[in-house]
Amino acid sequence: MERRTAIQWMLSVAATLALPDPRAADAAALSPPATGAGYGADPSMVRIYKPGDVWPLTFNARERRVAAALCDAIIPADELSPAASFVGVPEFLDEWVSAPYAAQQSDRRPLLEGLAWIDAEAKHRFQSEFAELDALRQAEICGDLARPDKARADLKSAASFFKRYRDLTLGAYYTTPEGMKAAGYVGNVPLVAFSGPPEEALRHVGLA
Amino acid sequence: MALVTSSTLQDAYDVVIVGSGAGGGQAAYTLTMEGVKVLVIEAGRSFDPASEAAMFQLPSQAPLRAVPTPDKQYGFHDCSIESGWDIPGEPYTQNSKEPDKQFRWWRQRMMGGRTNHWGRISLRNGPYDFKPRSRWGAGFDWPISYDDVAPYYDKVELLVGVFGSNEGLENSPDSSPGVLLPPPALRVGELYAQKHGVRAGARVTSIHRAVLSRAQDAERTPARLHPGNSKAQRLLAENMRRRAACFWATDCHRGCSIGANYDSQTVHLRPALATGNLDILPNAMAREVTVNREGRATGVTFIDKLTGSEGHANGRVVVLAASSQESVRLLLNSKSNLFSHGLANSSGKVGKYVTDSVSSSLGGLIPAFEGMPVHNEDGAGGPHAYVPWTMHAENRNGGLGFPGGYHLEFMSGRQMPSMTTFLGVDGFAGGGGVLFGSRLKEEVRRFYGCSLGFGAQGTMLPNDGSFCELDPEVKDRWGIPVLRFHWQWTDFELNQVRHQQAHIRHLLEELGGRVKPFAEADVFKSMKPGGSVIHEVGGAIMGASAAESVTNQWSQTWDVKNLFLADGAPFASTADKNPTLTIMALAWRMADRVVEELRKGNL
Repeated sequence: MERRTAIQWMLSVAATLALPDPRAADAAALSPPATGAGYGADPSMVRIYKPGDVWPLTFNARERRVAAALCDAIIPADELSPAASFVGVPEFLDEWVSAPYAAQQSDRRPLLEGLAWIDAEAKHRFQSEFAELDALRQAEICGDLARPDKARADLKSAASFFKRYRDLTLGAYYTTPEGMKAAGYVGNVPLVAFSGPPEEALRHVGLA
Repeated sequence: MALVTSSTLQDAYDVVIVGSGAGGGQAAYTLTMEGVKVLVIEAGRSFDPASEAAMFQLPSQAPLRAVPTPDKQYGFHDCSIESGWDIPGEPYTQNSKEPDKQFRWWRQRMMGGRTNHWGRISLRNGPYDFKPRSRWGAGFDWPISYDDVAPYYDKVELLVGVFGSNEGLENSPDSSPGVLLPPPALRVGELYAQKHGVRAGARVTSIHRAVLSRAQDAERTPARLHPGNSKAQRLLAENMRRRAACFWATDCHRGCSIGANYDSQTVHLRPALATGNLDILPNAMAREVTVNREGRATGVTFIDKLTGSEGHANGRVVVLAASSQESVRLLLNSKSNLFSHGLANSSGKVGKYVTDSVSSSLGGLIPAFEGMPVHNEDGAGGPHAYVPWTMHAENRNGGLGFPGGYHLEFMSGRQMPSMTTFLGVDGFAGGGGVLFGSRLKEEVRRFYGCSLGFGAQGTMLPNDGSFCELDPEVKDRWGIPVLRFHWQWTDFELNQVRHQQAHIRHLLEELGGRVKPFAEADVFKSMKPGGSVIHEVGGAIMGASAAESVTNQWSQTWDVKNLFLADGAPFASTADKNPTLTIMALAWRMADRVVEELRKGNL
């Protein structure tokens, strides 16, 4: 690691750890920055990739458990579509925090610390890992983080983690075949002709 | 003739072209069809759209769900490789540290250049766009008029295949009968804006895009384009039959493996290669145009990127089509005793008068679209409609505070979800929270496809503060001096962006749209930075005299008569139209001139 990079990293660690949350203490044992190269400026675009194909992943077993449980609290299964963990969102988040690019590197520490915080919070409140909680209790913790404007002062950094984690989960879910179907995207199939909107869509907006 | 390496180059060519994009491709096509022996030099590698373009891949099949990274700056599946604003080892510099005085420069190092990933929007410049000084008292009149270029617009549209409709609009010209392919049906959002936008003075019509809405007419078009040239007719017919009509799926920016949209390789270089008159040298970074003692161009010196060694290609004529600023850089780097300030620069105008589209956007939520019955809105992989500029009466003499105008492009419909598609869902749902759980899924379903936005792209006339020059210190990885950019928006552009923002807001409100309540007070927060629309042109503008311009009306440099430009560099201003179609039309016109002059023995 270059000296300048090391200093920046130390500064960001200091800034993060300065936040008043003793239960995140074991986050100090977090993984070092991601290593490995990106996919380069000329990757095969047609190849089908999965997390771990291009750079090594980060999550340990415990991080995987809490990541999956939190994804599913954000996007649970319903009668129409599966939960986030069913379509590989936790693996995507692992790929994301492990990526060597600056944008993802800046997410790495907050996300890993946030996962540790969620588990610590679950233990503090309910004496159990987050992944072992029932949906109601998981939602209670999430609910406290889902109002960044009204969050308690000591939850501010956890709330900003939750927003980021939610945004990534949301994007990752709806960019899968199952997620696209759940949203109502039915394109990406070749057609013989494009005949414009169906009658019922036009009627819906008062054009027919 | 075919793909060559620096060791299999022929001893001499009639014409050496630098660049394989829209301008270089069109020049190579026109010249080789007329029997001229041509070499195209391309800085990037060969690229096969048929096997390398990722048309149907989902974001979930790419690293990081295909978000942009420093390696793929328009996202993983965008049809661009070795490309971007920042390319390692190939810097450019800024004269100013202030963001609004900086210029962003996209480079695309691959066969076919930027034609691989553009939006295929193909609008003609209108009569006013060629004569801004006469009309608005600013900028420079081009030495050509719309009537000079109109026949070439027809030819290019017939060759590449452009859909659209003739609307009889002022300054957004119709094509000749039988030239355009039929426009596709409009989408719900486009139709809705067509009906209700009238109240905001917006006329929504079919856009013109280089996409085959049906197969080309391989029986009749070749004879129309190449009368009396049976070989050219045969080769073009063969190429047209190899191109399929659009199958109404996948974003055009991903490239098109079935040849339904235009890229330079599919439409220009493939038939040009079939003539036997074209060699293409990939992986060669042009460094300098060489000249002889008489001041005539003799060819191009290049760096073979595979070996690092220097090579030279000899040509009786040299055509620069490396992208406007890369061609400018080549001219400035071609210094000699005869041309101590760079080639073709006796006017001192090389690098001057760089312009880009003036652009901003605004979007909102259209509640009427909520709960719309699910249907497929992919269509032709890009917009089907647009809002042309029609406020000519109000702006007859620049009464709106800016010259020219702008058109609006749609951002609408249920396009394939990306990582950012649903980030607005909390705001749409209201309440101030971060949605999660089953409610999140419900709101996504409810609001998907309900956002509608417009991006404006407008006229920019040249000014003295927007130019480039060689950086006195910095060199690229091959030791070639790099460009340093100066950028200056004038009140014209700032006034135009304010008008864009107010107009789009009005339009969205007439559609019943929910838009963020307050206009941005700082105009620089709304407007896109210089260069970021990737429509930069100018730097070697055409004009009526050698003292005031770099080229004549044929894109032929005043100082070196066998040196031509075929990209956006000769543009004397930016219109409220996208530049690619005009680049091709001017390249064809230039190539016709080269053929004629070669036959007369003048080159």
